[in-house]
Amino acid sequence: MKNKILVAVDGSETGNRAIDAAAQSAIEAGDSIVLAYVIEWSPYSFHTPEELAERHKRRESEISRAEQSVLTPQADKVSAAGVSVETVVRHGHIGETLSSIADEYGVSHIYIGRRGESKMQTMLFGSVTSALIQTSSVPVTVVP
Amino acid sequence: MKRIIIGLATFLLFAEGALAAGFDESINNATAPIAALIGKIVFFKIAIFGANLPVVVLWLVVGAVFFTFRMGFINLSGFKHAIELVRGDWTDPKGHGEVSHFQALATAVSGTVGIGNIGGVAVAVTVGGAGATFWLIVAGFLGMSTKFVECTLGVKYRTENPDGSVSGGPMYYLRKGFSDRGMEGFGKFMGTFYAIGIFIGALGIGNMFQSNQAYVQLNTVTGGALDGLGWLVGLVMAVVVFMVIVGGIKSIARVTEKIVPFMAVFYCVFAIIVILMNFASIPQAIANIFTGAFTGEGVAGGALGAMIIGFQRAVFSNEAGIGSASIAHAAVKTNEPVTEGYVSLLEPFIDTIVICTITALVIGTSQVADPNFAGDATGVAMTSAAFERQLSWFPIPLAFAAVLFAFSTMISWSYYGLKGWTYLFGEGITGQNIYKVIFCVFVALGCMVQLGPILDISDALVFLICVPNILGLYFLAPIVKKELDSYRARMASGEIKKFN
Repeated sequence: MKNKILVAVDGSETGNRAIDAAAQSAIEAGDSIVLAYVIEWSPYSFHTPEELAERHKRRESEISRAEQSVLTPQADKVSAAGVSVETVVRHGHIGETLSSIADEYGVSHIYIGRRGESKMQTMLFGSVTSALIQTSSVPVTVVP
Repeated sequence: MKRIIIGLATFLLFAEGALAAGFDESINNATAPIAALIGKIVFFKIAIFGANLPVVVLWLVVGAVFFTFRMGFINLSGFKHAIELVRGDWTDPKGHGEVSHFQALATAVSGTVGIGNIGGVAVAVTVGGAGATFWLIVAGFLGMSTKFVECTLGVKYRTENPDGSVSGGPMYYLRKGFSDRGMEGFGKFMGTFYAIGIFIGALGIGNMFQSNQAYVQLNTVTGGALDGLGWLVGLVMAVVVFMVIVGGIKSIARVTEKIVPFMAVFYCVFAIIVILMNFASIPQAIANIFTGAFTGEGVAGGALGAMIIGFQRAVFSNEAGIGSASIAHAAVKTNEPVTEGYVSLLEPFIDTIVICTITALVIGTSQVADPNFAGDATGVAMTSAAFERQLSWFPIPLAFAAVLFAFSTMISWSYYGLKGWTYLFGEGITGQNIYKVIFCVFVALGCMVQLGPILDISDALVFLICVPNILGLYFLAPIVKKELDSYRARMASGEIKKFN
């Protein structure tokens, strides 16, 4: 049976390199690829009533922007290389959401580009990559 | 020494001050009779057992008791599920990115946690004695059921606008709900009635009362340096509100929304510290609350008088029955309107049963230790004096908190009022700006008028909104009950799944 590989995509240079690396190994093993774009979002934040009323509209536009500017072009590239590909967009904590997508799609491996987070960012918000490594149930490859 | 300098400064400003004081005074004199008249109409009172019971208060209490029974004590039985919903235990991760239950609750709470929790409680205790606190808590408890009903309806009957944004609230559920029950014409009338009520009412509870008490606290901490300068403070506040709601400087509003919850926690922590410092007085203060509730010692109208005051101030603080929170809750994208009802029942709990009770205990324990601790002060100044007895520096952060609470409440209410306005007059930008400018003018006015007439006007307007809202809730309660029963049945059958 073919395996699935999950790739975390965010439109960055390292994210694209992660796709390339995953595509390479998918071609070799005959695996398929799931491209996931996670939009950073927390259910525990504070907003004005006006922002709440606009939220649904903004969510739709965030999702279509992620699809149009990042996911679709990357998916086209991957399938042009002869690999079958699915895409998914979610909101949430990036690390945790990626590992739950991994479980949901039953993937056997996760590729993620190194985020290049500064010490300050990591101290304040925690590292996305290490959160993923801590919670993931499958091997994670970090691409520099 | 500080006082002398401030005194001198005030003296130097005398010429200007006298002029300004005159201005404040003339505004005050002009509004007082209007307030008295509105108060008389809305607070039409009937005498029962020697107490004057305003009909609207009775209207609200009967409503709250009815909804508590009709929904099967949802305020008790729904509490645990409400917490699970807020934690996101029942939320499908695929739907993340929409307004979460927590966000809707937080927004509605920062709209309700305002000066009422600090100053309103002091007013209740001054007028209704310690026993008013007991009835305040009872009213908070019953109000949880009213909130449940109105917020469920808010989501069920909201309108999705063509641009993807959502509008909801009593004006929508009154119109559509009555139409569902075959009373289309009456529904239209009720929706309009409510919309008028909320856009006028927003100028009182969510506006003048807030700016007034923020000014009073600022004046207190500056040792009276702002006496007669209400117009100036009011002008500054009005300009800031103007910048946010008309100028669209949303960053100010966003920052406030983020600071307010922390200020509320900060306030509660220090309030508990003060209560603990008054340790020896705690048993007596609690005893006073209970005996006062049933004997009403020294209160006009006795126990019933204390009860009326307690209920009145509770509604003013937690807004149950006013319908305002359902406007904020309507933004949540959910297939189950009942879930927002559950979440919203936490609001009167947080606002009244927790925060108001804490304030009441700060005042109550101070009163036991020193019956004359606040002198003639009432409202927020009295609460401030109670804190000052133990923590001399506290009035300054309290002033900061008061201004922020007032500000966030004003921002929320400007939105609620605006929703009433656009319901009536459409989404036209000019019309919206006219409303916003009127709103800002009232912010400034609030600082120039005495607390008494403001409370009269605000109370009267708020209770006026309750008339169409509660009437609607009675008629629509069966719809809510049906939703609730179906939701519970599907929860039991496992059709509605827990995700965590």
